Amino acid sequence: MLSIALKMLLGDRGKYIGIITGIALASILMIQQPGILISIFARTYSFITDVALPDIWVMDPMVRFIDDSQPMLDTQLYRVRGVKGVEWAVPLYKGNTRVRMSNGQLVTSNMLGLDDATLIGGPAVILEGRLADLRLPDSVIIDEAGARGRLAKPPATPDGRPIPLKVGDMLEINDKRAVVVGIARATATFGSQPIIYTTYTRAKTYAFSERKMLSYILVKIKPDETVPAVAERISRDTGMAARTAREFKRMTLNYVRKNTSILTNFGFVVVIGFIVGAAVTGQIFYNFTLDNLRYFAVFKAMGASDRMLQGMIFVQALLVGFIGFGFGAGITSLFAAITRGGTGLTMTLNWQLLLGSAIAVAVIVLLAALISVRKVMQLEPAVVFK
Amino acid sequence: MTMNAPPLAVRCNGITKAYGTGDTKVHALRGVDLTVQAGELLMLVGPSGCGKTTLISIIAGILDQDDGQCLLFGEDIIRFPPKKRVRYRGLNIGFVFQSFNLIPTLTAAENVAIPLLVNGTTMSTAIKKAGQLLTEVGLAGREHSLPSQLSGGQQQRVAIARALVHSPRLVVCDEPTSALDHATGLKVMETLKQLAVGQNRCLIIVTHDARIFPFADRIANMDDGRITHVSSSNPGVEATADDPQK
Repeated sequence: MLSIALKMLLGDRGKYIGIITGIALASILMIQQPGILISIFARTYSFITDVALPDIWVMDPMVRFIDDSQPMLDTQLYRVRGVKGVEWAVPLYKGNTRVRMSNGQLVTSNMLGLDDATLIGGPAVILEGRLADLRLPDSVIIDEAGARGRLAKPPATPDGRPIPLKVGDMLEINDKRAVVVGIARATATFGSQPIIYTTYTRAKTYAFSERKMLSYILVKIKPDETVPAVAERISRDTGMAARTAREFKRMTLNYVRKNTSILTNFGFVVVIGFIVGAAVTGQIFYNFTLDNLRYFAVFKAMGASDRMLQGMIFVQALLVGFIGFGFGAGITSLFAAITRGGTGLTMTLNWQLLLGSAIAVAVIVLLAALISVRKVMQLEPAVVFK
Repeated sequence: MTMNAPPLAVRCNGITKAYGTGDTKVHALRGVDLTVQAGELLMLVGPSGCGKTTLISIIAGILDQDDGQCLLFGEDIIRFPPKKRVRYRGLNIGFVFQSFNLIPTLTAAENVAIPLLVNGTTMSTAIKKAGQLLTEVGLAGREHSLPSQLSGGQQQRVAIARALVHSPRLVVCDEPTSALDHATGLKVMETLKQLAVGQNRCLIIVTHDARIFPFADRIANMDDGRITHVSSSNPGVEATADDPQK
């Protein structure tokens, strides 16, 4: 009888396509929106992700998230290096600077000053040039999105396209000359600002002069030490906060979550997606059952048990749920694949998201099926003669 | 009763049924006594609303009477547990409806196979048996046709094949010819009588169609929830209301 149930469903093309479309749209909303949200959240701590080498990030205790660097004195670096269990510790400058374009426009950018000797904290993927070229005078490396986007040279003609920066191009940072020696790939930042990599020493000259310039200290622990123990020692001996990358990411994420309405907005869309999906799917599926109510009565009269009829309805619901979710997940995966690695709107698709949305779709179709089952169970077989 | 008399297929005693309550209460059956023998074709006739459909619904076990007793091949199926009752219906009763009630998205063979599938037969076996029945009702070669591709008479023959495919002991038909023209109606009745009436099974037909009365062994006339009289389809022969063998 289950195959009969499926033939009944597939034979009614209009309703079948309607139900599949409803579920597919609900799936798209429930996968894509959280996917974009995860991607946006990941951008808030993208720099911490990109700098994978250190075990511990040392910072001023007042720091609340990655872009909220509270400058420290350079002497803190030496104090950290002196803590037992520290293999190495390097300085990192992270701040905003303004780049003057050839047409006079100022573009606010993120500037990262890497340790002059080791260049730890530099981009993992260099598309043009070499990381070591940062040791050349006035040298900077620009991230790909910035080079093609906000820092691209103004077009030669009024209706022309901006010209992407390339190795050898000159920039003016805070009235000082800078030479592009490389183009790198970096994870997009929350504010989508261009990223300029240079050395720690040079970053201090580009930045507006302050008494304290050290943003973070990146620390690697010795092999025989544990991260919590060394972090505790750093905090105790220097009075600074010492956090793992994981802790720092969570802190940054929590700050953004609490201080913006992003989660609420995206969550609202996801809930709407679920409700609309449930309503549309439930309505069409229920109508499909109502249209077939007479035949269900015939089955009842002919000796079909309640369990058999329930099985038929649930099989129909699960099939449309499976196919609808497949379409939705497929379309969303395509979107994720197309936008992957881009600097614009991207989305993260992981198994947790797919599982969660699959469960939500299962809830939708089972709700729709339950309403239909209830109707069929109440059906008197004697209606076949009416 | 003589020693060679065929066994009773249906025995109804004092069946009452009412719908609604209070001022809106309608008495559909007011104490019906009826017997049908195995091998017999009985027609229930009477004006609309006289209780014919209610009576065959009770006999077929798809509606409960308020009072009285209805034995089907000696068994009081209203007393069966629900599951056993459903199972009994699936094995022993076939239905033919006025509007055919064929599932439009299934082929003729799949429609005919439904009672077998309900009873647990595998699809391949059921389809094979359905093909045989379709041949018996004159629809060989139309196994893969959808109901919409068949004429009214052909659809009703598919419905007859569906009612008989699982060899039920009782077949109940509700106005089987009312949606058909005269010639087609007669052909359908010939098919029904030929296939559905056998030594161990009986056929009850509710109808308004006087043209098919000659196919009946007996005709039970109903009015206002009661059987007023039972007669032979042969105009000269009268039978008693409750037992044709008396």
